[in-house]
Amino acid sequence: MAITWKHEKVVVAALMGAVGLLSTAAQAQDSQTQVISRGEVIATTCYTCHGTYGASPSSIPKINDLSTERMISTLQGFRSGQRASTIMSRHVSGYSDEEIVEVATYIGNLQKRGK
Amino acid sequence: MAGISRREFVKLVGASGALSAFGLTGCESAPTKAAKAAPRVVVIGGGFGGATCAKYLRIYDPTLNVTMVEQNAGHITCPGSNWVLGGLRNMEAITQNYNALRGKHGVNVVQDRVTSVDPGKRIVYLSSGKTLEYDRLVMSPGIDFRWDAIAGYDEAASQVIPHAWKAGSQTVLLQKQLHDMPDGGTVIICPPAMPFRCPPGPPERASMIAYYLKTNKPRSKILILDAKEEFSKQKLFMNAWNELYPGMIEWVPASKGGKIQRVDVASRTVYSDEGLTTHKGDVVNIIPPQRAGEIAVSAGLANQAGWCPVNQQTFESTLVPNIHVIGDSAVAGALPKSAHTANNIAKMTAAAIVSIFRGVKPPLPSHVNTCYSLVGPEYGISIAAIYKLGEDGMLQGVKGAGGVSPVDAPRQFRVQEAGYAQGWYVSITADSFG
Repeated sequence: MAITWKHEKVVVAALMGAVGLLSTAAQAQDSQTQVISRGEVIATTCYTCHGTYGASPSSIPKINDLSTERMISTLQGFRSGQRASTIMSRHVSGYSDEEIVEVATYIGNLQKRGK
Repeated sequence: MAGISRREFVKLVGASGALSAFGLTGCESAPTKAAKAAPRVVVIGGGFGGATCAKYLRIYDPTLNVTMVEQNAGHITCPGSNWVLGGLRNMEAITQNYNALRGKHGVNVVQDRVTSVDPGKRIVYLSSGKTLEYDRLVMSPGIDFRWDAIAGYDEAASQVIPHAWKAGSQTVLLQKQLHDMPDGGTVIICPPAMPFRCPPGPPERASMIAYYLKTNKPRSKILILDAKEEFSKQKLFMNAWNELYPGMIEWVPASKGGKIQRVDVASRTVYSDEGLTTHKGDVVNIIPPQRAGEIAVSAGLANQAGWCPVNQQTFESTLVPNIHVIGDSAVAGALPKSAHTANNIAKMTAAAIVSIFRGVKPPLPSHVNTCYSLVGPEYGISIAAIYKLGEDGMLQGVKGAGGVSPVDAPRQFRVQEAGYAQGWYVSITADSFG
């Protein structure tokens, strides 16, 4: 049986799919023992207003394009009052510096994870 | 096929790879052998709590077998239903479907009604005669009403005097009565004592009805007969009423005759002060006292007060193992009963269930409540709070955080918050149902 060029493309795509699957399977295996991080837990509470994975579908700003550093400085600015807000200063005052770093690190790396 | 047959192709890369290449994986309805072995979670109820939990269970662990049972084809949201009364939205705009849960997140959505649960055998029985086995069950049945709390007000009476505290036909009925009432008439709203679903809902309702009346029947009045001594965002609401609807809304607290005890449906009359005071309305809206949804009560998950006590980290019932109760039905520490908290509780519960299946410690929860109210189309106010688990295992508000919109804020602030209120609706419905 000869595999034509046309079919090669399909096979490559399929192999890529298979590789993707293997990688997904490996991730799934990792995830079986994975502890859900504090950063991720807090991030999911941001998603209610700012969209799942920070990709807001509404007039509320998206946050999935913020780097970790930018997000930390923005949140700290809300908390200190240096940055104006309607509601964010009331929210951010409920989190410690450590929690801000954790959630900013998680959200700042979302795009790297393909989210 | 000249070069390669589908059978050979599948042989080459394996069945799963072939399916992946054709984009068929992810949401398959026929369970594979692996999926059959995956832990099974059944979620009862497709409101904000149930839908969010089903979605986030699959986000946290795409191998989980998640089934959500909901008796309706979609969910008409309580958030936004007051906006319908004000004429700012129609019913279609507050109706959500489960297409994304099914197609995008691989949740098995079953339209059926749960008749009973056997916690010993871990089986859910459906009215169709079908059964669902589970490893973990999530109950998110919302609220039901205490029909015996106000003399003369039962379920049949609500077809004449609507509660409109579950959005849908009740919302439409109340809206129709508002449209039919004469200019110069009186609308009576009777909110219950705490705890109940959506504490800022009654004053937002009064605001939206006032907006409708000011526009269409400006000589009319609104009388709030409240079973409480104070209400959510009170100063903000009352300031806004004076500004936007001067003289139109009167609020009567419980101690001044606000707590009603009896209703005469035929004459649309409510009685307070042990029957000494009567108020007759052209439209009457009674929001009765509430309890956990019936299925949670019948499954033995409720306490004597009618709500479901839970471990406030995992939301597992303290009365029945392997069943998590989320949303309005749960006793969730300091969290109010709102769509926003139901969304957050659902996520914390999903994280806890996935952790339990993995045999690892559930993460420490972190909750937010954000509640916007529209007083007018361009006048919004909000309340926010952060909740964490205290050393006593109870969810408590973080001191020094949260609070209401500033009382002395400029009008532009109210305009911005009105915009965010509407943005919040789009975002939370997408996060829960999308």
